Amino acid sequence: MDLATAKTVAISFMMAFGVAFPALAIGMIGKSAMEAIGRNPEAESGIRTTMILVVAFAEAIAIYVLVAALILKFT
Amino acid sequence: MPHVSLKAEKIFEVFGFPVTNSYLTSLIVLILLSLAFLHYNSQIKSGLKKKSKFFYLIHFINESLYHFFNTILGDQTKIAYPLVASFFIYILVQNWFGLLPGIGSLLIKTCHAGECHSIPLFRGATADLNTTIGLGMLSVLLCQVYGVRALGAKEYIKKFYNLKNPISFFIGTLEILSEFSKVFSFGFRLFGNIFAGEVLLVVIAFLVPVLASFPFLLLELFVGFIQAVVFATLTAVFINLAMSKQH
Repeated sequence: MDLATAKTVAISFMMAFGVAFPALAIGMIGKSAMEAIGRNPEAESGIRTTMILVVAFAEAIAIYVLVAALILKFT
Repeated sequence: MPHVSLKAEKIFEVFGFPVTNSYLTSLIVLILLSLAFLHYNSQIKSGLKKKSKFFYLIHFINESLYHFFNTILGDQTKIAYPLVASFFIYILVQNWFGLLPGIGSLLIKTCHAGECHSIPLFRGATADLNTTIGLGMLSVLLCQVYGVRALGAKEYIKKFYNLKNPISFFIGTLEILSEFSKVFSFGFRLFGNIFAGEVLLVVIAFLVPVLASFPFLLLELFVGFIQAVVFATLTAVFINLAMSKQH
């Protein structure tokens, strides 16, 4: 396996594993937010704001992986 | 496929100080924002009964922002609001400015040591790691300043150096490390989101030439807004933590 192939394989695996776990995390955040809204519908707006904030945190982890992959790809 | 560059490219030099395409864009945004705020200020000071429509637009944004940050900052809103609101508006406008047609697609030719290549004249300012790390550093540094101001230097350092027992000493050391990692997490979060968005738009535009990139453009508008909210909210939360007493 030469360097270019190894790089491509590395990028693919990195994206696959690096995106799987934040996706799981975002799903869990959404689930618990739904449950909270179901239990307490008056607090919906507050819960939604907090949920979007926390989802952005979880997404940031996927973005770190993406940045590393982009650096590998374009340098 | 067009060439994707991770870093901003140098366009020209002023007294040996390199001016990159990101810097050019951020200067334009800075001037536009300053003009808008000068207008807002002059309208307030003029004391007219009927103010311009643009004034009411800015006033509406300002008011909604104040209410939003009031829920996070509580009593400290008056002290920290100018900083977090400037962060929000600056980052939001920079993010959205990078999505305008022409930014990233206007090319100019530069020749460097006999080698000529074309580079984009403008590039979104937050798609450059220098800008975002700079903003992150500013945010974390000002957190310390606000903390020292609110608690006094002695009380504030106690948050990090606690010699009462070994566990709290260890946790204090971790806190110092986390202050440094905050800078990078701020910087990479914003840079990654915006830069990845630009790469996504380019890739989609070259896959399907017509109309396919439109929904992604809307997604990027949303991402730009959310990232501005996240940056400003996190700054607000950290300032709130820095100003609260240790228990």
